[in-house]
Amino acid sequence: MTKSCLVVDDSRVVRKVARRIVEDLGFTCEEAEDGQKAYEHCEQNMPEAILLDWNMPVMNGIDFLHKLREMDNGAYPKVVFCTTENDMDHIQRAISGGANEYIMKPFDSEIIETKFKQIGLLSD
Amino acid sequence: MRIEDFDVYKDLLMEKSGLVLTPDKSYLLDSRLTPVAKKWGFETLDKMSAALRGVADPGLIKDIIEAMTTNETSFFRDTRPFDTFRDVMIPHIIKTRGAQRKVRIWCAAASSGQEPYSLAMVIKEHGGLNGWNIEIVGTDISTDILDTAKEGIYSQFEVQRGMPITMLMKYFEQVDEKWHIKPEIKNMIQYRYFNLLDSMTGLGRFDIVFCRNVLIYFDRETKGKVLGKIKAQLAPDGYLFLGGAETVIGITDEFQAAPDLRGVYLPTTQAAAAPKTA
Repeated sequence: MTKSCLVVDDSRVVRKVARRIVEDLGFTCEEAEDGQKAYEHCEQNMPEAILLDWNMPVMNGIDFLHKLREMDNGAYPKVVFCTTENDMDHIQRAISGGANEYIMKPFDSEIIETKFKQIGLLSD
Repeated sequence: MRIEDFDVYKDLLMEKSGLVLTPDKSYLLDSRLTPVAKKWGFETLDKMSAALRGVADPGLIKDIIEAMTTNETSFFRDTRPFDTFRDVMIPHIIKTRGAQRKVRIWCAAASSGQEPYSLAMVIKEHGGLNGWNIEIVGTDISTDILDTAKEGIYSQFEVQRGMPITMLMKYFEQVDEKWHIKPEIKNMIQYRYFNLLDSMTGLGRFDIVFCRNVLIYFDRETKGKVLGKIKAQLAPDGYLFLGGAETVIGITDEFQAAPDLRGVYLPTTQAAAAPKTA
């Protein structure tokens, strides 16, 4: 069965780039423009993978992650942060908050692919 | 570049480094050698080419080889060899070298250090070799790239290529926009300049050799010679890792593919010398 990936980012351009990459990797792609929209999406439809920006209006990435991990079945998706925040402090907060991986923008398809492989979203 | 000049570089690279320069790579010559010509005070590449027909400075030749060498690498490149190293080689070493508690590993094309550092991280993570005498020797034909390896400082882009975030958190320190590998990992590697065409006896005996994505640049004869020399430095129960696009088939009988381990090769043993316990 095809896996689904939810791309959460307030930039339409980034969502478009990310969509192309995850679709090339064989995922179906859904988009959300902030943490709140992502949360609502997960209530309806829990994806296998979530590519998550940090800084967004309404609800940011880390707050969404905490809420997600408290949901029934909220431990299920693999969450990969994908953000311009590139310091150790943010990385530690993300991982201790339950993120599976962390990508610092800018990224490319190879980075996403290897990270997805390492956390078991893709087999090699 | 003129065709006669192309031959000058082709012959030089073959003789001094084993690199095969095919005509489809001629476009690389201009872009990569123009800075070398400038550095050595030649007004044009043609002038440098002319100088090379005489007795050329060994330093210039070294710079030319460096400029034409590919340094493509990444942490945990191809992932699988590092899993194999962790799941097969480390347990084998623990089982067979327990008395000496010593292991020697050679990265024969260490480039900017990502491969040896990845191995060092795998060893640390595994933990089973704690307290052992571990020597990881990283060699390369480019002294410039070895300087980069020794520094162990990487860009954000480099540390993301292939490396799990937990490894970055544990084994790197962030200084401004760069990521510095920690001394505990850095100190596990010895870097040395080495040309694979030279005699390998001075390097000593190894338990595991990584020689990935180098042989592809050599012709068949050179590949065979290099593999033969590697075998002479490898423990009889040692392992050789080659790159994904490389093989020993049709090149040498000194190694055979390890069953079920992609990219891993075992030294061929003479039937007579079979049961020898370490």
